[in-house]
This record gives sequence, C-alpha cells and structure tokens, in this order.
Amino acid sequence: MELFVFIAAAAMVLAGAFGVILRPNPVHAALSLVLTLFGIAVLFVAQEAHFLAVVQVIVYAGAIVVLFLFVIMLLGVDRTDDLRVEPFRVQRPVAIVMGVAIVGLVSAAVLSGAGDPSQTITGEQSVGGTLTSSEPNINTLARSLFSDYVFAFEVTSILLVVAVLATVVLARRPFKVEPRAEEESSDESEHEVPSR
Amino acid sequence: MMLADVVPTPTWYLLLAAVLFAVGAVGLLIRRNPLVMFMCIELMLNAVNLSFVALSVGLDDINGQTAVFFVLVVAAAEVVVGLGIIVAILRRKPGANADDISMLRG
Repeated sequence: MELFVFIAAAAMVLAGAFGVILRPNPVHAALSLVLTLFGIAVLFVAQEAHFLAVVQVIVYAGAIVVLFLFVIMLLGVDRTDDLRVEPFRVQRPVAIVMGVAIVGLVSAAVLSGAGDPSQTITGEQSVGGTLTSSEPNINTLARSLFSDYVFAFEVTSILLVVAVLATVVLARRPFKVEPRAEEESSDESEHEVPSR
Repeated sequence: MMLADVVPTPTWYLLLAAVLFAVGAVGLLIRRNPLVMFMCIELMLNAVNLSFVALSVGLDDINGQTAVFFVLVVAAAEVVVGLGIIVAILRRKPGANADDISMLRG
C-alpha cells in the first residue's frame, strides 16, 4: 500500500516539476508547481510528518503559489514564452549534462552504503528528540522548536517583519520626482503655489 | 515477496529528491522568464525539504523536521522579497527576461 502511495506521489511530483520547466505559459507553470507541492505534501504524510504536510499545503500552495499567480496577473506577463529560441547557444546542453550529473552524483552518494540497507543513511543521531515515541509528531516538533531552537524561531519573526517592510518599500510606486528645471524656476511659480 | 509488501525506505525518497533538485536546477538554467526561474528555485527548495524529512525519518531524529520548518519560513520571506524585486523591475521594463536585466552592470 505504501508503495502505491509513493509511486503515485512521486509521479505527481515529477510531472509537476517537468511541467514547471517545460510549459511555455507562466500561469501553466505555476499550476504545475501546485501539483508538485501537493505531491510533496503527500510524501510528508507518508513519512508521518503530518504537521509539515499541513504547513506545506498552507504556506506553499496557499500563499506562495497564489502570490506567484497574483504577480503574473498584476503585471500581465502571462503571454507565452517561445521556448524554441535559445539566446545563449551552448547553455541548454550544458544544463542538461549538469542535471544528469547531479542525479548521478547524489545517487552514487546515497547508494554508496548499499548492500546493507541499514547503512544507506549514515550519521550520528542528536539528542534533540526521537520520532519513535508514542506522542504525536507535532508535540515532538514543538518541543524541539521552542526549546533548542527558540532563538532561531524568534529571529525568523524579525526576518518576516523585515521582508514585509522591504516588499512594501519595493512595490510602492515611486514618488513623483519633479524635474530639475521647475525647482530652479523663477519666483512666480513659488508665489502661485499657496494661491491654489 | 508480494509487491504490496515492499515498503519505501528513506533511500527512495532521497533519490526522488535528487531527481527533483536536478529538474529544478536545469529549469533555472534554461528558462528566461524571471517568474519561472523563481518557481524552479522553489522546486529545489522542496527537494531539499523532502530529503530533510527522509533523513529525519531514517535517523529517527526530529531535528531534520525542525530544519524544514525554518526552510519554509525563509522560503516565504525569500519569495516575498524576490517577487517585490521582480515587480519593481517589470514595471520599469515590461516584458523583460533575464537577459534584459543588466541595470546593475556598472
């Protein structure tokens, strides 16, 4: 049963990922991204990370993709890109070679401990908390987050406030800059201003 | 062994994450629309999140999932700032692609 869930979710993830990079229309790419994000959420549920699956759906599919679609429609850039033109000639073959190399190297690194399946993932376990306890996943996660990582958690609140302020400053229409000639104009224009 | 009895191990999730990361990296390099390039960055971030959770389950350790939580927060902030920059650029140069954005060149 878990095998079928994994295969279906992996097919969703990869179909969405290829849709993002191959669809010429940015709106279709954003909707393919939703497919990938939901597939990832299903894989989180399959690995018993229920809280992260919910956050994935709310934050990514609910906020980030909506923000993408909002920007696409605000700017009116939803016209189709012509993917056949290749502005930089050798880039596409080199990029594909690089992608194949990433898959090959990471697979080699992951499978280098093959033979003994328990040795596939190596590393030391920290003392932060184990998943095998009978309590729900969210309790363990919350205890880790609010004890070991509470300072980092507080810093993320500063990060979010700074990000919101930066976006407001960036996206605001700039003030009308008066041309220089008007600032240096004669006294007549200065007297006209209060009379309005 | 019955096919239905095969349980996906964390190794399978790591291999899927590797493929997803590679697809995102290739897309970042071959696309020219800044918004689609941004979506490819999101694909790579999700691949890393998937491998964090797989390693967390494989090592029986909650800290991997805590890292995913922080990656989500930073990704949200990054998308907000990045889309603000893209809006500011595309307002000045409508229809600009990544090759046209050379305003910072000295």
